[in-house]
Amino acid sequence: MAMDMTGRKLFVKALLEEHVDTVFAYPGGMVTDILDELYKHEEIELVLPRHEQGLIHEAEGYSRATGKVGVCIVTSGPGATNIITGLADAHYDSIPLVCITGQVPLNLIGNDAFQEVDIVGMTRSITKYGVTVQDRKDLGKILKMAFHIARTGRPGPVLIDLPKDIQTSTGPGEYPQSVSIRGYKPNESVHIGQLKKGYKLLKSAKKPLFLVGGGVNIAKANDKLLQLVEKTKIPVVTTVMGKGAIPDDNPYYIGNSGMHGRYAANIAVGQCDVLFSIGTRFNDRITGDLNEFAPNAQIIHVDIDTASISRNVVVDVPIVADANLALDKLLEWAEPQKTEEWLEQIQEWNQKNPLEMRRDKGMTPQMILEQINQQFSEGIIVTDVGQHQMWATQYIELNADKQFITSGGLGTMGFGFPAAIGAKIGCPDQSVICISGDGGMQMNIQELATAMAQEANVIVCIFNNYYLGMVRQMQQLFYGKRYEATCLRRRKGCAKDCKGPGTACPPYEPDFVKLAESYGACGIRVTKEEEIVPALEKAKQCKTPVLIEFMIATEEIVLPMVKGGNPMTEMILK
Amino acid sequence: MKNRWIALYVENQVGVLAKVSGLFSGKAYNLQSLTVGTTEDETVSRMTICVTSDDITFEQIKKQLNRMVEVIKVIDLTDVPIHMKEILFAKVKDCTVADKAELFQIAQVFHVEVSDIGKDSVLLECKMTERRNNELIDLLRSKFKHIEIVRGGAVAIESISTSCGGRAEYFRK
Repeated sequence: MAMDMTGRKLFVKALLEEHVDTVFAYPGGMVTDILDELYKHEEIELVLPRHEQGLIHEAEGYSRATGKVGVCIVTSGPGATNIITGLADAHYDSIPLVCITGQVPLNLIGNDAFQEVDIVGMTRSITKYGVTVQDRKDLGKILKMAFHIARTGRPGPVLIDLPKDIQTSTGPGEYPQSVSIRGYKPNESVHIGQLKKGYKLLKSAKKPLFLVGGGVNIAKANDKLLQLVEKTKIPVVTTVMGKGAIPDDNPYYIGNSGMHGRYAANIAVGQCDVLFSIGTRFNDRITGDLNEFAPNAQIIHVDIDTASISRNVVVDVPIVADANLALDKLLEWAEPQKTEEWLEQIQEWNQKNPLEMRRDKGMTPQMILEQINQQFSEGIIVTDVGQHQMWATQYIELNADKQFITSGGLGTMGFGFPAAIGAKIGCPDQSVICISGDGGMQMNIQELATAMAQEANVIVCIFNNYYLGMVRQMQQLFYGKRYEATCLRRRKGCAKDCKGPGTACPPYEPDFVKLAESYGACGIRVTKEEEIVPALEKAKQCKTPVLIEFMIATEEIVLPMVKGGNPMTEMILK
Repeated sequence: MKNRWIALYVENQVGVLAKVSGLFSGKAYNLQSLTVGTTEDETVSRMTICVTSDDITFEQIKKQLNRMVEVIKVIDLTDVPIHMKEILFAKVKDCTVADKAELFQIAQVFHVEVSDIGKDSVLLECKMTERRNNELIDLLRSKFKHIEIVRGGAVAIESISTSCGGRAEYFRK
């Protein structure tokens, strides 16, 4: 066995064997060795962000857009702690990442050395697996494990803490082809008996309904789902993460269910007699009051993660399986069902309360999103978190050529823009449109420099309403319009009891157009409906990243809305 | 809500105990006791865990433990015949002569060892079930003012013969 390879060399060898073509890296004392090794390898593109939080969201966006494992390299101490939010985000939304954190040399661990933190300890509950490499001879196996664990089963982030002396000392140069982990056996089959039982139940239903989560998108089982739905004629609702699992214009697709779901979708969940759910963990944003969730339904639950089944909602038929395999089998059995009456009923609900924003109070998000639908026949839509995100889940129309990336589980403000940059780096030939709010955009705005440097020409659409709108909406509805800490124009001189915008409000800061220009990007401000199309057309022609600031009506709210903890059928509609 | 027992085979590595115990604190599971030691295979440790929970939470605890990469096997001991013992030291201080005599009687009835003795104190060394240890502690508390208790948490192993009615409770007595 060759014993003469440095850890840093073996690390790069591992990246090459795993076909990693892009790494997201921010330098620092404890990763300088591996970066120096990467210097010798042109076949691996290194993306330098401007902040480690931006870095990890870029890796997430890259991974979601390409299906590949996102690789992050950050230094010890603050470099490592700055990726924690992204790790939690990736953990929630099942995004495969391998994150390498530099660490002080083994003999200094525990000494409160400069830039030393116990990052493995800090991130234990938000990583799929995390370990400090203690022995150079284990490095190859640990790196193989990291990639294997990140991408198999329910994908997720893996953190490898790499002390500096492990990087520089020599040891075996082998990178294993495969690895067997006795405590980790991801599910690779489907229990046919259970699935049959589930299908039988579905067949017996008068008002059957599919509830589809992000698992179907991750498994890339969209085609199979579409076939199954068209064959069985059973209507579908999705979660936020499940959006795009079926094209929006499909006649059996009702829309998103949940806190800001479509009226007809939530009523359908309330009325269905069999709910066949795939790849969702029944998050509280989907169920609302658990006692009132799908009260008339028997529930079948397909999920790859055993622990997601019967946790939030006790189900009648649990099925542990990859969505792909389960849908394959279901397709073999599928037969048309008599759902005409049920579909008509859903149509009626939809006509009674369609998704619609009023058009008499200035430029609305709906107008902008409809034009984005029109202008882009393909591409990747990435959102940040807040009102604009919910509007996007409501009004963005997806088809097989469009993908939707959003931070669903953790709800991380600041995710959208860097994730869009990562998506563009992974898919340079596709249009990438980032929909963000004025609040979230400012959480990682420094990544404009990264977008410029990488020539990641994303189109950022900022919905500027001067507010942290999602919280302001709650204050507006449930807290007597006491807009504490949500007005972004507020200054020291403002009246304490300000109930909303008046004529003497201070100017908004920053000036997003000038800010974009200061980075060399293109900035456009849109204040009226008729300017939307020209702005988008101009953006498509630009050879730089584009930032379009849409000045939307300030007090617009996301409807329908279900108050947290209430039953999903009790929606605020006006 | 009731007490339940799990045996857990885990990788004998740095951080695994923290990960397992962190699961219980992070998800607000009610951990009663946790013991850990290496097995005949030194790369593997075995934990005996006692939790108080309802049925649904207990199912979730087992699933959550199972999905940890470092967890090799989860065994639900709640309804299988097992042998389970807990080490307990009980030091009784400020004893009169009569107290000492009574402690020797108690030791005899409980089948525990008097492992040390001083001018006015007695040390009992007990290797009984948790429940029996609890009973002994209750008795000592009611009789004596100054007692010091050190207990180690239960360790359990599956029975070889299951002929004793197969009921777990029988062995736990």
